[in-house]
Amino acid sequence: MKFITIDKKDWAKGIEKSRETYRLFGPVKEKNGFLIKSLDNDMLPDMEYHDSVLSAKSVLFPQSEKMMTTSLDESRDGHHIMNRADADYSPRAVIGLRPFDAKAIQLVKLNFDTKEYRDPYWCDAYEATTFVGLGINKPGFYDFSTSAGSGPFNEEGLDVLLADMDDTYLAKVLTDKGQAYMDACGFKTQADAKESQALIDVLKKEAQKNIVSRIHTDKLKEKTTLELHEAPFWDDIAFSCINCGTCTYVCPTCWCFDIQDETKQKTTSRFKNWDTCMSPLFTLHTTGHNPRDTKTQRVRQRFMHKLKYFVDKYDQGTMCVGCGRCVKSCPVNIDIREVCNLMNAYEKQE
Amino acid sequence: MNTCINKIREIASKLLENGEVEKVIGFANGTIPMATSPVVINSKQDVDKLVFNSTCGLNLANYVRNQKGKVAVIAKGCDSRNIVTHIVENQVKRDQIHIIGVPCTGMINKKKIEALFGDDIIEFTEDGDTLNVKSSTREETLNKKEYLRDNCTLCMHRNPVVYDDLAGDLVQEQTLENPYPDVDRIEAMDADAKWQHFQELTQNCIRCYACRNACPLCYCPTCFVDESGPQWVGKGQNKTDVDTFHFLRAFHCAGRCTDCGACVEACPMDINVRDFTRKLNKDSFEMFGWEAGLDITKRPPLDVYSPGDPNAFIK
Repeated sequence: MKFITIDKKDWAKGIEKSRETYRLFGPVKEKNGFLIKSLDNDMLPDMEYHDSVLSAKSVLFPQSEKMMTTSLDESRDGHHIMNRADADYSPRAVIGLRPFDAKAIQLVKLNFDTKEYRDPYWCDAYEATTFVGLGINKPGFYDFSTSAGSGPFNEEGLDVLLADMDDTYLAKVLTDKGQAYMDACGFKTQADAKESQALIDVLKKEAQKNIVSRIHTDKLKEKTTLELHEAPFWDDIAFSCINCGTCTYVCPTCWCFDIQDETKQKTTSRFKNWDTCMSPLFTLHTTGHNPRDTKTQRVRQRFMHKLKYFVDKYDQGTMCVGCGRCVKSCPVNIDIREVCNLMNAYEKQE
Repeated sequence: MNTCINKIREIASKLLENGEVEKVIGFANGTIPMATSPVVINSKQDVDKLVFNSTCGLNLANYVRNQKGKVAVIAKGCDSRNIVTHIVENQVKRDQIHIIGVPCTGMINKKKIEALFGDDIIEFTEDGDTLNVKSSTREETLNKKEYLRDNCTLCMHRNPVVYDDLAGDLVQEQTLENPYPDVDRIEAMDADAKWQHFQELTQNCIRCYACRNACPLCYCPTCFVDESGPQWVGKGQNKTDVDTFHFLRAFHCAGRCTDCGACVEACPMDINVRDFTRKLNKDSFEMFGWEAGLDITKRPPLDVYSPGDPNAFIK
């Protein structure tokens, strides 16, 4: 594995240089906290950032994305026939990605890129993107990633892992894509592999030690789906829920979307918008029947999907990477850690 | 205020034991610092779950609709005003609800406190007007009065306006020379600056509808943004659609909003949604001498005909 040392004095210059070939995304401080956004030409990623309110999923899966478009003007060729909308799939790089967000993107990939179906919008964006992660030296209070299949220096889904060494960044180049991005930045001071790995291991160990919050997931797989579904705790968990979309929108792995057509004069466009299973509209049929009509059913669905159905279907752990965003942002403090532990420990009373 | 919890538990326990109510709706401790969660208690054994402190910023009037049987609810000044609004708007009957009133000295502004620290808050306790806040790197002792939510600093109805039991001594109401300084600031802007202000205000809205869903006024079976036949607004992130939601919601709350602040409390993007509703509160007050939720016998001003109406066209 190749390691590169980047002097922080050269950082800005290198990032600027990479703009010749890459569109950049990264953490930005806004009035409301940090967000992962497209970086305008005068903007650098804020590498000192605290956890962002929203995850990085929007880089590949924007909240609203135009998929197709057509003209309704009958004098035009091809009117009323939807064609894929223009989009920029030139190389892009996300800088300073949290390792748990990179892992989350790999989980989302299981849904958008399968043997049978390939979501072209997500997949084309994925292929265009280089993921440059930043190890988390001081994990936040809400981080429980180490017990959710990720961790502060987890490499899964990353092309480069940066470690903040005070005056320098130590870059662990994990893929060819990552190497290409380092080349585009002009970062090439190679560091000793063994020594560098040892330095990262020290940071990693220290960071992992700071994560005290954890979930227990070991028994989820062996539980009977229907027994969990019928468990007596769902009404209590759901009582406080106001059915807003906060948990699903801040979640890095929530991948559900809704399709909407919008027409303005003679142009129609088809959009893919984030959807949320917390909304009664999510499952509302055209007949008026709603199979998930009550909030308990909806709250149960969210947790069952993340912590049971997903576990059973993909055998890749839970659909939660432990970023803690929903725990922090939920207006009524519904805590996925508690729900997960309840589910994991649940035994049906005969 | 935090001493009233013993009284709340005592009242709740008595009501449940005597079968006067089937359940008690209140707040329980959260799993993270500065958080409490609405909870329903069905039996006397569980009353110790109830807590009351300066982090109970949501409005429990939002939880009393569609309940079977009689329920008791813990109500701050604003919650009680929204219960009145519910009664006036036929959402609950007065005799279905037992109000445990809690005189309130204000709820804390969690975002303002968080902003003092560069890292996450790991511990929060309060003792009277003193707040002790700890992050992983430092500790601060704060005066609660300086860290109240904006709506609480401007609140003139801290005591519940209607109640069946009272869990503490009534508190001194604030007298304010100008209860609407925030609205005045926006009114003083020229049209462009005003537009800019509201454009920036909703810039990061993700349309999670936490503001709407935390609001006790927003009980429409289907909100206009959720209608599909006809569909009134687009559902994506188009700014016009986002703003249409906020503008229309605010207008729908005109003359009904108690400025309880639940919308701002719930917003994950820290948007001061009250900038929309406050102007309408001020107008209601100045044009009709109206503050919502003070009187069970009066209908809101946009819902009644009055010979004293200031508008000429209606006379």
